[in-house]
Amino acid sequence: MSPRVTGAVARRVLRQLRRDPRTLVLILGVPCLLEFLLQQLFGRHSSVFQHIGAPLLGLFPFIAMFLVTSITMLRERTSGTLERLMTLPLAKLDLLAGYGIAFALVAVVQATLVSVLAFGLLGLEVTGPEWLVVVLAVANAVLGSTLGLFVSAFAETEFQAVQFMPAVVFPQLLLCGLFVARDEMAGWLRAVSALLPLTYAYDALVHAAADTLGARFALDVAVVLGCIALALALGAATLRRRTD
Amino acid sequence: MDAIRVERLRVVRGGKVVLPDLSCEVPGGAVTGLLGPSGSGKTTLLRAIVGVQRVAGGVIDVLGERAGSAPLRARVGYMTQAPSVYGDLTVHENLRFFAGVLGAPRDAVSTAIEDVSLTDFADRVVNRLSGGQRARVSLATALLGAPDLLVLDEPTVGLDPLLRRDLWELFHRIADRGATLLVSSHVMDEADRCDGLLLLREGRLLARATPAELRARTGEEQLDEAFLRLVEAEG
Repeated sequence: MSPRVTGAVARRVLRQLRRDPRTLVLILGVPCLLEFLLQQLFGRHSSVFQHIGAPLLGLFPFIAMFLVTSITMLRERTSGTLERLMTLPLAKLDLLAGYGIAFALVAVVQATLVSVLAFGLLGLEVTGPEWLVVVLAVANAVLGSTLGLFVSAFAETEFQAVQFMPAVVFPQLLLCGLFVARDEMAGWLRAVSALLPLTYAYDALVHAAADTLGARFALDVAVVLGCIALALALGAATLRRRTD
Repeated sequence: MDAIRVERLRVVRGGKVVLPDLSCEVPGGAVTGLLGPSGSGKTTLLRAIVGVQRVAGGVIDVLGERAGSAPLRARVGYMTQAPSVYGDLTVHENLRFFAGVLGAPRDAVSTAIEDVSLTDFADRVVNRLSGGQRARVSLATALLGAPDLLVLDEPTVGLDPLLRRDLWELFHRIADRGATLLVSSHVMDEADRCDGLLLLREGRLLARATPAELRARTGEEQLDEAFLRLVEAEG
């Protein structure tokens, strides 16, 4: 692995995004719109908005980056550029880390924008430090990116890749504790949710917002980081230098 | 000195034997043409040489190393048959990315763009270029980093005769600097521009000869006629 090559990949991915301003506007604008709708729907001082406003802010980047990365990587696989890259002095981790860094940077902008809107204008209040919510949002973006890289190996068309979004992301959103607290779930659902990375990402955000940064929070963060590493390893395994 | 030595290469793709048992050599410092009709296994052989093709048997040595091994990745330039560049980036941005991966110097980018006569299009987004221009962007990325071996899969398809002549002159200039070129084509009128030829048909090596030897052996002046004679002689 080399910083030069990783940097070249990250710059190239960012440059491609810049060539696609419509996608960029959607990535940055849609979370802001959703956060605004949430506030309007429940009201500025409602407990619903105050409870899920912050965790949702931290989960948007996960969803967006999962989708964007899986499709960008799929394009790389189907356009022949991946095969071309595999003939170059580029480590698989250079490619994956390059993607991860590029989308993490986009996530920094995305999470900062939504935070400024939510904490500044929409009246969202958290007990814990606001910057920690943003940091967790970026970590979730990297998690989404690495998962997206991995699942892109199982799609043959962009149409299929888009369908992975509801298939992989929605069950995790439903079971992470956002809609029904995990304590109130049926036993088997709680068991399933314990296996899903988003459960820990969500829990970390709840603890960060409530300023309850204890052992449980540390475990959540460790699991999220572990899942990033695991998804990277799985993603690297799907990149083959030799194919049929 | 042979730059490439292929010994008893066997490739099976999707249950179909593409190369049953192929052996051949490619001399260093020259332009070798890999000719044969489409479907003869040219691309498969080239992919095996650059190390991206899964092979079922045999050995390929490239520049003294095993094909596809890590030290070769900086020394071998590969142009795929379908242009493998980023359509949403400009010519210059594409080249800069590949140069960054290779660690090629900055001026290598403009030299490569000049070599393929795309200087006037350097700031154009690749998707807005013609097919032939796109292929030349792909070729330019293969030229970066002054590789010791250039493997080019049909680099001149669909180009106008003037441009084709320019590119073949470029290939020979590169070979004169000591590099080895292996260039595939399915049109026999390009054979005359090569120092040596490998003729491939249905995954088998029909002949290895210079254009002059091929004419002498078959008694045909036209190289595509000569190819026909060889096929007939095989039965």
